[in-house]
Amino acid sequence: MCATCGCDANENLTIQEHGHHHEHNDHHSHHPGKKVVDVEKDILHENNLLAERNRGFLDAKNILALNLVSSPGSGKTTLLERTLTDLKGELDFYVIEGDQQTSNDADRIHATGTRVVQINTGKGCHLDAHMVLHALQGMKPVQNSVLFIENVGNLICPAMFDLGEKERVVIISVTEGDDKPLKYPDMFHSSTLCIINKTDLLPYVPFDIEKVKANAKKVNHKLEIIEVSCTNGEGLQHWYDWLKTKVIAPEPV
Amino acid sequence: MHELSIVMSVIDIARKEAEKANSAIIEEIEMDIGCLSTVDLDAFEFAWQLGVKETILEGAAIKINRIKGKATCIACETSFPLENFYDACPACGKHAINIIEGKELRVKSLILS
Repeated sequence: MCATCGCDANENLTIQEHGHHHEHNDHHSHHPGKKVVDVEKDILHENNLLAERNRGFLDAKNILALNLVSSPGSGKTTLLERTLTDLKGELDFYVIEGDQQTSNDADRIHATGTRVVQINTGKGCHLDAHMVLHALQGMKPVQNSVLFIENVGNLICPAMFDLGEKERVVIISVTEGDDKPLKYPDMFHSSTLCIINKTDLLPYVPFDIEKVKANAKKVNHKLEIIEVSCTNGEGLQHWYDWLKTKVIAPEPV
Repeated sequence: MHELSIVMSVIDIARKEAEKANSAIIEEIEMDIGCLSTVDLDAFEFAWQLGVKETILEGAAIKINRIKGKATCIACETSFPLENFYDACPACGKHAINIIEGKELRVKSLILS
């Protein structure tokens, strides 16, 4: 037991630091009478298989799926409300809402007239491909549509879980720190688009927009960046244009 | 705390492999966890202790290979160790890099008896 905090140190745990892959050929001589199984399986294998299944379903129906990720309060739901309202009639939308509890966000999306499914993760900190699979089964989205998956507000855990999306969109608001891409690099590294929201508040907060952009690009040099304000509408057209470039026109039959 | 999900996935993989080999006891499990993967080792260890209780992995020795980050610069093709996602190429200072090692998250092997 640890004398400082009383925690149980795990005596069974060995950590080896190396910069190269481990050789296994000598295992059998080390463990006579035991059976060594080379597994070589990605730990997230099950999730990744289901994500590919979702991706196949979505591709076959030409549905553009976007996974929206951010910390809580960056304005994901407000961005969706604006988008769904402004582009109504131009594109067919579906929304999957992920939250620990309540159907508050789904209610807001429903009010825009968009088909929405709420997933409550309970104590879970992220959506996974299995949850999305079931949501899709219930939702039955039509072909040539756009599916927004609003992930649980959390800038860490959802980064690991592929849902089968085409694009991952990370949203950051100017009321957060401009060093956030450096502090939570995994999410910025795995995203394709970064939306900087609430730009109407820039005069009131010590947020250096050039710095956040440079920080985000340090983590992911391919990241596209769009600045918007869902309150005064500034920059939203860029986001809508980006979205429309990602929608593949249906093949003429 | 996605580390608990990770632990549950590991248990699932180990249980299936042990069943396949008709084994009821796992003596050791070896995993690769890259330094750039989204896994915090302390959180992982904590989740492990809770997660493996009353499973086939309870009592199994754990061997974790920490694989260090490695990247190649797209601009000048230098290979270099990468500690953070935001590190620049030490040769030319650019951030346009490809990560080639360090994101591993893998069950490597099991020792069954």
